Amino acid sequence: MSHPNVLLQPLSELETLDFGGFAQRIEDHFANGRRLLSLFGSPSSDPADSTPELHAVFVDREQGLIHFRGRRQGTQHYLSLTSEFPVLHCFEREIHEQYGLAMPGHPWLKPIRFEGTNLKRMNDYPFYKLKGKEVHEVGVGPIHAGVIEPGHFRFMCYGETVQHLEIHLGYQHRGAEALLRKTAPRKLPPLIESIAGDTAVGYALAHCRAWEALCGLSVPPEVEAIRCLGLELERVAMHLVGLSGLATDIAFLPGSSTYGRLRTSVINLSMRLCGSRFGRSWFRPGELRFPFNQSHKVDVRKTVQQVQTDIAIINNLFQKSKTVQHRLCTTGTVPTPLAQEIGLVGMAGRASGLPCDLRNELRGGAYAQRPIPLVIESTGDCWARGLIRIHEIDTSLNWIMQLLDTIPEVEAEPPPKAEPRPNCVAVSFEEGWRGEVMHSIQTDASGNIAHYKVQDPSLRNWFGLAQSVKNNAIYDFPICNKSFDLSYCGNDL
Amino acid sequence: MNLLDALKVRDSQGKQFVPDVRAANPIGFRGLPVINDAPCQQGCTECSDCCPTTAIQLQNFSLDLGRCVWCDECVRVCPKDKITFTAGYRTASCTRDGLLVHEGRGLGPVEASEAIRKIFGRSLKLRSVSAGGCNGCELEINAMANVNFDCGRYGIDIVASPRHADGLILSGPISANMAEALELCYEGMPDPKFVIAVGACAISGGVFEHSPVLDRAFLGRFEPDLYVAGCPPHPLSIVNGILDLMGHADGSW
Repeated sequence: MSHPNVLLQPLSELETLDFGGFAQRIEDHFANGRRLLSLFGSPSSDPADSTPELHAVFVDREQGLIHFRGRRQGTQHYLSLTSEFPVLHCFEREIHEQYGLAMPGHPWLKPIRFEGTNLKRMNDYPFYKLKGKEVHEVGVGPIHAGVIEPGHFRFMCYGETVQHLEIHLGYQHRGAEALLRKTAPRKLPPLIESIAGDTAVGYALAHCRAWEALCGLSVPPEVEAIRCLGLELERVAMHLVGLSGLATDIAFLPGSSTYGRLRTSVINLSMRLCGSRFGRSWFRPGELRFPFNQSHKVDVRKTVQQVQTDIAIINNLFQKSKTVQHRLCTTGTVPTPLAQEIGLVGMAGRASGLPCDLRNELRGGAYAQRPIPLVIESTGDCWARGLIRIHEIDTSLNWIMQLLDTIPEVEAEPPPKAEPRPNCVAVSFEEGWRGEVMHSIQTDASGNIAHYKVQDPSLRNWFGLAQSVKNNAIYDFPICNKSFDLSYCGNDL
Repeated sequence: MNLLDALKVRDSQGKQFVPDVRAANPIGFRGLPVINDAPCQQGCTECSDCCPTTAIQLQNFSLDLGRCVWCDECVRVCPKDKITFTAGYRTASCTRDGLLVHEGRGLGPVEASEAIRKIFGRSLKLRSVSAGGCNGCELEINAMANVNFDCGRYGIDIVASPRHADGLILSGPISANMAEALELCYEGMPDPKFVIAVGACAISGGVFEHSPVLDRAFLGRFEPDLYVAGCPPHPLSIVNGILDLMGHADGSW
C-alpha cells in the first residue's frame, strides 16, 4: 500500500496542462478550499526549450496529495498569479530566480537567495524605501549577536515603531539542490540531513518516502512507528530550544535554563537510540539501522516521564509570570486572515489559527492508527507561538507514550537492493517541527535522478515574520524572530 | 511571579552541570573511531566506495576526521570490522593533518598554545560566525554554554561583538555569499586573534566540499589554531578542545 505522504506518478501519467490551463486549475483548487503545498519548476523535457515546467501540489483532506504540471504551449507566457493569490509570491520568485522565467504582474519580484546568476550580488538587494523627514533605517546582520545563522534584516522605522521590515537572505546558499542532482543515491542521506541540520529527521524521512516510492519499497508498521518516534523527539527537542530561546530573549532565566536542560535530556535519548543527538543517520530508505528492544523502550518511557514531570513545573511558572505575559502577549501578531492570505504553514500557521498539519491532513505512517491531536492557537502573537510549543510538546510526549506500547522488539535490517523506476516523479512531505518539508525526485529514462527539489517551511514563513513586526517596537524584534525560529539555510539551500 | 512556583522549578532543576567535562560519559554517542590493524579483505574497497565525503584512504589505511560525517556507512559495509566508532569525544586537533586516524593510532593530544595561555590566560572570549552552517554545529556551540556543559565556568564565553572577541569560532563550509561578511568580522576583531574551525563543513567543506558556490579563501589566509571534528561535534568535543588549547591541566574550575 502506498504511503499517504508521498505521491508517485509516471511522468506520462502526470496531468499536464498548458500555462493557461495550469493557472486555471490552481484557481479552481483554491476556490474549492484546498491548501497549496508547493509550486516549483523543473527543466523542460525538451532540452532546446529554456522555459521550465511548473509543478503545483495541493492537499485535499479526502483525496490526499494532488500534483499537476504546467508547460508552455507555443509562444505562451506564464502570468504571475501572486496579485490574486499572495500565497504564491515566494514560489514565483524562486522560479524566476532559478529559471529566469518572466513573471509579468508579480508585485514583489525580489531574489529569494541570490543563487545562479544572482550570486555575488548580495549588496544590490532592492530594498523597499520609506521616505520622510523623521524616518530612519536600521540594518542588522548578516552576522548577529548570538550563535545563529546569518541573514540581513532592514527595518524602516518611524521613531521606535517598525513600519516595514525587509528580510534579505541568501548568505547561507551552498548550492544544495545542484549537489542533490549529481550525488550518487546511496551518498545522498548525509547531504540531505545537512540541508537544515535542526530538521535532520524530518528531511531524512521525506527523502526516505520519496525514494521508497520510486523503488517500490515499503517498510513494516513497527519501522514506521520508530520513524514517527524519531520525528516527534526532534519536534519536542526543537520546541524546547525555541522556548529556552524565547525565555532568554526576555531575560526570564528559569525558563532559559530549565527548557535548555530538558532539551539535553531529549536529544541525549535520541543519541542513545541512534548515536546522534540530532537523529542523524537514524533513518535510511527501506532500512532499519538501529535495533529497538525492551531496554530502549524502558529508556524512552523513563526519559519521557521525567521530562513530562519537570516540564509541567516550568510551564506553570512560565505561563503565570507577568513578565512573560507582558512581553509576549499581543507582540508580533499575525492575525488569522493575514496568515491565510500569505500562506503561513506549520507551527507558526497553527499559532495563527490555521489547521495546517500534514500529520492530521494526510495521516500517514503511525499517525493513521493513532491520530495525533491538532494543536491550534488563535491569537497569532508571540504568546501563541510560545503556547503552541508548550502544547505540542505535551501532545507529542503523550502520543509517544501511547505509541510505545504498540512497538514490538525489532532488530536492525539491512537495506534491500532496489532500483528506482525510470521516468517517474515522486513528491513527498513530512510535517517537521517547523512545518511541512517537501522532497520531489524525478527520474530519467535510465532511472537516474533527473531533478531533485527540496522545500523548507521557512521559505513561506519568513514573510510572516516580516509581517509580524509591522507596527511593533523595534526592540521586540528578537522575540518575534525567536518565536518563528525559521531556518536560514533551509531557505537558502 | 509566584515565589512558590519559582522554588518548585529550582527544586526540580537540581544540579544539571556535567561535573567534569574531562571525564564525562556520553552514553551511545557515535564518536571517535578506532581502526584496528587486522588486514583488509584482499581488494575490498567497500568503505571508501560508500563514504560520502571521501574521508577514507585505503593505502596506508586512514580515516580523515576533518571530512568524516559519522554516517556509519563504512562500519556497515566492512566485512572485517576494520572501523569501530567509540563514545570518545576528544575529536580535536591543532593541525589539519592531526585529524587523520590510522591503524591502531587515534588522534594525538591537542597541544597547549603557549601564546594563547600567555596572552589570554584563563579567559577566552569567542565570536561565533556561521558561514553556511546547517544549524547543527551552531546548536552545539550554543549548548556548550548551557547549564549542562557550562563552559563559562572555565572562562570561555561566546560574545556578541567581534570587538570583544579573542577568537573566532567558524562553522559551515563558507558559502560564497557569506565570505565577505566573515572577513569583515575577523578584521573587526582586535589583534592578537585566532580561528577555531568547528565541524566537518568548516574543516573541509564536508558534504558541500564540491559545491561551486563556496569560497574558502579565508581559511587559506588564516589557518585555524584548533580543529574540532564532528558532524556536528559534541559540545564536550568543543569544550575539551578549547581547554586543551588553553592549557587547562584538568577539568577543575
